[in-house]
Amino acid sequence: MTAEEPLLQATNLHTWFELRQWGFLRVGSVRAVDGVDFELAKGESVAFVGESGCGKSSLARTLLGLHNPSHGDVIFEGQHLSELKGEDRRQYLARVGYVQQDPFGALPPFMDVRRLLSEPLIIHGVKDRDERERRIRRALEEVRLTQVDEILPKFPHMLSGGQQQRVVIARALLLEPAMLIADEPVSMLDASVRVEILNLLRRIQKERGLTLAFITHDLSTVRHYADRIFVMYAGRVVEQAPVERLLDNPQHPYTRALLAAIADVDADNALDERDVPDGEPPSLLHPPEGCRFHPRCPRAMEGLCDQQDPPVFEPEAGHYSACWLQDPERD
Amino acid sequence: MSRWMQGLRELKGYPSAVGGLGIILFLVALSLYTVITIPYSEALDRWRGGDHWQMNPVNAGPVWADRLLGGNLPQTRVVESDNADVREAPFEGGKQVRIPLTFEYDNEGFPSELNLFLNQKGTQQEAFVRLTWHTPSGETISLGGRRVSEEDRISISQNRALEGRLGMVPHVGLFAGDSGPADSKAEQGEYRLTVDAMLFDPGAELEADLAVYGQVHGLAGTDYQRRNLMLALMWGTPVALAFGLLAAVGTTLTTLVIAATGVWYRGWVDALIQRLTEVNMILPMLPILVMVGTLYSTSIWLMLGVVIALGIFSAGIKTYRAMLLPIREAPYIEAARAYGAGNARIILRYMIPRILPVLIPTFVTLIPTFVFLEASLAVLGLGDPELPTWGKVLNDAQEQSALYNGFYYWVIAPAVLLMLTGLGFAMFGFALDRIFNPRLRTQ
Repeated sequence: MTAEEPLLQATNLHTWFELRQWGFLRVGSVRAVDGVDFELAKGESVAFVGESGCGKSSLARTLLGLHNPSHGDVIFEGQHLSELKGEDRRQYLARVGYVQQDPFGALPPFMDVRRLLSEPLIIHGVKDRDERERRIRRALEEVRLTQVDEILPKFPHMLSGGQQQRVVIARALLLEPAMLIADEPVSMLDASVRVEILNLLRRIQKERGLTLAFITHDLSTVRHYADRIFVMYAGRVVEQAPVERLLDNPQHPYTRALLAAIADVDADNALDERDVPDGEPPSLLHPPEGCRFHPRCPRAMEGLCDQQDPPVFEPEAGHYSACWLQDPERD
Repeated sequence: MSRWMQGLRELKGYPSAVGGLGIILFLVALSLYTVITIPYSEALDRWRGGDHWQMNPVNAGPVWADRLLGGNLPQTRVVESDNADVREAPFEGGKQVRIPLTFEYDNEGFPSELNLFLNQKGTQQEAFVRLTWHTPSGETISLGGRRVSEEDRISISQNRALEGRLGMVPHVGLFAGDSGPADSKAEQGEYRLTVDAMLFDPGAELEADLAVYGQVHGLAGTDYQRRNLMLALMWGTPVALAFGLLAAVGTTLTTLVIAATGVWYRGWVDALIQRLTEVNMILPMLPILVMVGTLYSTSIWLMLGVVIALGIFSAGIKTYRAMLLPIREAPYIEAARAYGAGNARIILRYMIPRILPVLIPTFVTLIPTFVFLEASLAVLGLGDPELPTWGKVLNDAQEQSALYNGFYYWVIAPAVLLMLTGLGFAMFGFALDRIFNPRLRTQ
């Protein structure tokens, strides 16, 4: 971590969705994001990893300002997100780009590429048509869509999946963001274009000095595209560390289980049974007492893990893990 | 948008679209022609009736229908004194004028009425007029004499004494010749009505116009007030199209925007819209319109306003809501929010355009339903009191028992125009549906 002020800071961030009956009776809350703290430095590439339903997409949307945090706050360049209103809020939205999972769904099907790329610029007050055209062309070239004149009048359904995702990335870059949030940017793409898109994102991140937050459930790609990893489970960050250290020396049992689940293409493994935790992710409506992973944890300690919520320990410098196993005062 | 252009190009492949579009274009052209040639105020003025139509027969059928059936019914002839060989003989304190009004009659059918219009100028003194009828066979029938004021009309057909003498109504009797009414054929040849007038002022002038009313008139015939039905049929077209289009646009657009607003904001906004819609759905439209028409005014613009007002929270909201709900959750809308699009922009630019193509066909087929609604109101006697419309023609026809009296054209012409409108929009709309509605696409 650098000494300078972080670009983005999440403090005790909660995003709960209230469940209501008949429109007014509160029957509980889905704790999609439940007490998350982290800091993202300028120019850093991080990955949020976890199973589906662990709250990583809700976290992304909270960072994007699409959900209001229930508690806690996001501090971006020194500004509290919950305090931003009107024009300031719009300025914030321009500073954070969003790359979605489904590139076709992310593009309005009734607008051609020129029109849909103009939209963010129009919204952010770029009135001059030539200026817009220039910025659109620059963004398209930046995402390596070089035949700009052919692409501009096309509708999203006329583009290939890779091209669609490049247009989505171009749209995210148009407003000169300081940070990009990519929610599983390649999971719906053909295997053949995944690496291209990931490389593209990485290159843009490096060239522009952007902070890039990947959301993914695929640990196998993380190593090459992220500096740090956050492992999420049931609405919480259970482990965070620089990528090499986390992959080589995972501390939290859940991270180990995740790593164990990565497919290892080797003929010798064909008949091996893998050691994958039983059960399913816990209900976010009624999360388990104590450590949320304890019902599935092979190393759960009775009387501790099922009763007390583990605090965050720092077994090595820069490597944090929320697990009683790392409690230095244990034994 | 190329998608629209592509759709329009595809239209050529559907004969029903071409046919429907043809009908619609014809109606639009007719509307434009009508509005340009007969200005609005003039149309209203004429439709009020009166002297403008006095040279038209009462309840005459269309000429072409009679000719098509091989008939030879007479059309109206007007014999004017301007073209007649007028002779004047002055005397002390006045002059004697003889106006021979001569005309050739070559139809087998009898005229429907005989009127003589007299117009005396240059004096306040009443003139004395004596009329004599000369048939082609040389018979001379005196039609009697009477005093006439400045402007006067002598209804020869209404002359009871003459009717008694002839043994039948004058406009038949005077044309029957020797044969009598038994074979009911008019005697053909040259007729003459001689107007002998005594004018009691040397400076006076007398004009006499004889109207021999026919049994057929023009393209559409006339009604019981001698009005040319063509006026109402022509003016009915722009009125019907404007009413249908405005009502369809008004209801569809407002409904769509309201449905999208409810879907977007959810919560109490949506609940309120849904409840209002449900209440509105059980309100009966026609009785409310009848009430407004009876208690307040039957102006067509007021009716249009009420139709749109009642249409705002119509059942369409439920349909649109169902279509918009999944669109609300579409990733591209989330993306739009993420780059800062406001609520209004999302509703108008991101949600509504998504379902617009599917709605265009519904919209087109909705137009004639409002045209029919306007006609229904007019038939119920709630038509605009001033405007000539198709529904008003039907209403008049019904009040005058047109079908019972055999005036079929009075009912058929407006009905055909109404059906043509419905057919044109339906044919066009169904073809559009096939193009824009992905579920109906064949390829």
